[in-house]
Amino acid sequence: MKCIAIVPAYNERGAIGGVIEEIRAFDPSFDVLVVDDASHDGTADVARSHGAIVVTLPFNLGIGGAVQTGFRYAAQNGYDLAARIDGDGQHDPGELRELVDAVSSGRADICVGSRFAGADGYRSSRSRRVGIRILAGTVSMLTHQRVTDTTSGFQVLDRKAIELFAADYPHDYPEVEAAVMLHKHRLRMMEVPVRMRERAAGRSSIRGFQTVYYMAKVMLAILVGALRRRATPLEDT
Amino acid sequence: MIVAGQTPLKVSLIASVSSLLLILVVFELIRSRRLRERYALLWLLTGLVLLALSAWRGGLNTIAGWLGVETYPPAVLFAVAVLFVLAVLLHYSTVLSKLTDQNVVLAQRIALLELELSRRPSGQASAPDEAAAPAARST
Repeated sequence: MKCIAIVPAYNERGAIGGVIEEIRAFDPSFDVLVVDDASHDGTADVARSHGAIVVTLPFNLGIGGAVQTGFRYAAQNGYDLAARIDGDGQHDPGELRELVDAVSSGRADICVGSRFAGADGYRSSRSRRVGIRILAGTVSMLTHQRVTDTTSGFQVLDRKAIELFAADYPHDYPEVEAAVMLHKHRLRMMEVPVRMRERAAGRSSIRGFQTVYYMAKVMLAILVGALRRRATPLEDT
Repeated sequence: MIVAGQTPLKVSLIASVSSLLLILVVFELIRSRRLRERYALLWLLTGLVLLALSAWRGGLNTIAGWLGVETYPPAVLFAVAVLFVLAVLLHYSTVLSKLTDQNVVLAQRIALLELELSRRPSGQASAPDEAAAPAARST
């Protein structure tokens, strides 16, 4: 089975090396692809010196565009399984086992590491928790399935999911819309409880006024997305 | 003494229907993927504000009173519509500028990649994936 770890990174010079080493420690057979979203702190060089395959985007595409670059690479190069791990050190590759097992055994097409599925509460600001709860409720309703963490980028995907996302992936803050898309395409999603760490370096990409824009945009996108019968690959439009 | 103007019912109806139409068209454009959500938000806001002002005649009359528009309240509707269209246009100008910059970067990167490819022995030229990685460092 050909496996790849897709690591989107934007100015994560301080954390990226550790993330790559931890993925190696988890399973050395994983190829590590770092998608450098036009960082200007030398993230790409650090990643390359740790032996990762590095794609540098010509300008900042945002998390959705960066991650999709990874899915395209995985689809083109015939990978059977892809793990998505953030470049900031928030996700612990040591927790990948359960996610990988769920997908490689065929129990799910995509397995998401959720901060909220387990008993262990995740600390976060109040407004953010409320936002996450609203999104989780909406997505659960639309997908007829209990989804607790719609913003988690800690995921493992099988070939079907890789191909779908390579063809079509939402922009900006993609995970919420992607959950609805998967449901439309009859792919099976599963959640597994994980712990997430404090960010090793850098800052969250969503704060302040942006959260308002984020909520409005995502709610609009998932509601309209639910009206679409199937997502159409961008190339076809 | 000047009697404060009232919004005619007909004007209110036509304006409401038009705003509703705008909202529906924007939704359909998003659904059929011809408009990204990011660029639709401002249009939707425009539609909703115009719809609220057209449907709620009392409100429009009151706001017209505040603004000193004594004779014909629907003029406020025009003013608000023009203001929003200006905002959308300005927003698009910034988007256009960003796209122009990115287009320049893309053209440069492609030109440099082609140069890189043409310098290689012809046997390897058919593997653009490998060629792309080292050249990508140049920025």
